[in-house]
Amino acid sequence: MTNEGRPLSPFLSVYRWPITMTLSILHRVTGAGLSLGLVVLTLWLISAASGSAAYAQFYGLLQTAAGRLLLIAWSFAFFFHLSNGVRHLVWDVGRGFEKSQANASAWFVLVLTFVMTLSFWFVV
Amino acid sequence: MNLRSPLSHVLGSGSAKEGTDHWWAQRVTALGLVFLGLWFLFALQQLESFDHAQVVRWVSQPFAGVMLVLLCLTLAYHSVLGIQVIIEDYVHGAFLKVASLILSKFAHIFVAFAGVYAVLKISFGADL
Repeated sequence: MTNEGRPLSPFLSVYRWPITMTLSILHRVTGAGLSLGLVVLTLWLISAASGSAAYAQFYGLLQTAAGRLLLIAWSFAFFFHLSNGVRHLVWDVGRGFEKSQANASAWFVLVLTFVMTLSFWFVV
Repeated sequence: MNLRSPLSHVLGSGSAKEGTDHWWAQRVTALGLVFLGLWFLFALQQLESFDHAQVVRWVSQPFAGVMLVLLCLTLAYHSVLGIQVIIEDYVHGAFLKVASLILSKFAHIFVAFAGVYAVLKISFGADL
């Protein structure tokens, strides 16, 4: 039996793109990215435990332009996943489910993420 | 008519024997990581430099060592739960799915133990 021409339930593409969808996708993407960040954090600790030469070599990699860019991206991912994670925990206790509340908390999380990322790198 | 045994009834498990464990573990590790994660980034910011000697001095402080061990373990636990969901969503086919789930578990356990080993080696005063 072929599936062609059969009615489909409405999928993502038929809806106007809501901000909450962006955050949902970002939560998964940043989560996967942070799993890679865990590998880098572990390599950093292992290099420190391996002696100053190994540490200098690995730290040198982090200090390249690509390394710095990745570190900034990881800090952004961390602050996003953290604040949106708290948003999820609030939902888990049954609060904030109204459409207006979900939209407001979405924008709040985005602004908070940028503020935390910028203050992490620029405010000592 | 209820064909379930009284024991099965009181345990409240379906045929899968579990269901909420994954969800709960994800939430509880998330809560732990709010504190551990914020401590970690704050501690990084407080470091005067990222010289090897300075980092070793920091890691070998008892409180930092304990927090770093907890961070490594909790991160790996939270991460293995999340990656499991991603694999289950996008990897199809029985063999490929089970293989990647097992690979992910092995990789996470390796990373967790490597991190703990590194912190303990520094903490217990290895001559670096």
